[in-house]
Amino acid sequence: MIKINVDMEKCQHYGQCVFEAPNVFRLNDDDKLEYHATAEDSERDNVQAAIDVCPMQAIFIVD
Amino acid sequence: MTRPVVIIGASMGGLRTAESLRRSGYAGPIVAIGEEEHPPYNRPPLSKEVLAADVNHEAVAFPLGDAVADVEWILGRKVDRVDLENQIVTDDLGVEHHYEALIIATGLRPRRVDLPGMPKQGAHVIRSLDDAIALRSEISEGTRVVVYGAGFIGCEVAATAKKLGAHVTVIGKGPVPLLRPLGLELARDIQARQEAQGVNFFMGSTITKVTGGDRVESVLLDSGVELYTQVLIEAIGSEPNLELLHDNDVDLDGGVGADANLRVLKKDGTPWENVYVVGDVARFPIPQFCDYSRRVEHWNIPTEMARKVGKEVALQLSGDADAFAEELAKPFAPIPSFWSDQFDVSLLAYGLIDQADDIQLLEGEAGGDCVYGYYKRGELVGVCGVGMRSKVMGYRSQVGLTRP
Repeated sequence: MIKINVDMEKCQHYGQCVFEAPNVFRLNDDDKLEYHATAEDSERDNVQAAIDVCPMQAIFIVD
Repeated sequence: MTRPVVIIGASMGGLRTAESLRRSGYAGPIVAIGEEEHPPYNRPPLSKEVLAADVNHEAVAFPLGDAVADVEWILGRKVDRVDLENQIVTDDLGVEHHYEALIIATGLRPRRVDLPGMPKQGAHVIRSLDDAIALRSEISEGTRVVVYGAGFIGCEVAATAKKLGAHVTVIGKGPVPLLRPLGLELARDIQARQEAQGVNFFMGSTITKVTGGDRVESVLLDSGVELYTQVLIEAIGSEPNLELLHDNDVDLDGGVGADANLRVLKKDGTPWENVYVVGDVARFPIPQFCDYSRRVEHWNIPTEMARKVGKEVALQLSGDADAFAEELAKPFAPIPSFWSDQFDVSLLAYGLIDQADDIQLLEGEAGGDCVYGYYKRGELVGVCGVGMRSKVMGYRSQVGLTRP
């Protein structure tokens, strides 16, 4: 399992992460980011891609 | 000794390429040479958070993860000479770096106002962290600020300076700010929202003279208007950093010419086999949006390019010819994306809006939260929203030409 943390002070809900790791991140009905704080190891590459494309650099894998 | 992959440019494009090389299985040496003293950092906050608050490099630095722990970063160093024929990059200390593959990621520099008698102090650009920190120290409550250029950087800086309590005037050539990236209707809306916050605009104007001794005192417009100011922020666009390739057989017509695999092109249109380009400096084919090769200055593009190039170079150097050929058969086909924050307005866009010949309101109401669609020959080539993120994202998969 991997643990994921999003700094919600930084996050501006751009949703770029949603395209990279749709099983982990989504925008809710109010256009705010929601995410799973843990994910299978198989999601690691997708989450890493989401980290790379986050405009605010707000996403972290907590190892 | 194995020759390294050399990356010229140690900003986001250079970093992401190094990461991609490692993730694609390349375990050999990587050397990244960058002009700035700072390790790679994120530039979009420069016109916003960095200008507004007392933050340093740490606040905007990209994390250098384990994947790139053994990259040799040569920072604060310029490249003097590139010799593609002999595969040598020479830095400004005269050190020769013989490479196996070369990545050009030299980026852009801001275009400067070039008028006779320009005062030395008070005129600023905003491209690097040091630029933003230098500008920050000059803006406070009541400072008179003129922003020259009404693109995204200009409009974002104007909003940030206004929030800091400055008197802000934006001067732009076009009839409205952001005309090319947003289209007339949305651009007018953004101008109105900026004006409602107290930002002044002189559109359809150029600066003909900057007065002052050591420091900027005023700017004269072509209309004859004179605006007294303490700070002039030049946001009139960027130029690709091409000079170090001038002595080589490279297509440098408005950017480093690249093929569909981001390999650098010779003047005859054939690619250098082991030279690639990443980032804003690249002029590349993007046929799903546009029928000519071009540069695209959107933040997501260097990262997309780096993924592609890192994979290609790793496969090329692995010696697995079949896998490399398979990767080369897949052209680079990104969906450009940008966002912008100005006061309470938050824009998010996909595609290439400047290609549009028709614009339609798709969702919401003009002047409020809304989504515009941008069409070329009847096909959706771009979408841009004020707010309404989920709606904008829903259109992402629809942008692009089916008949390029």
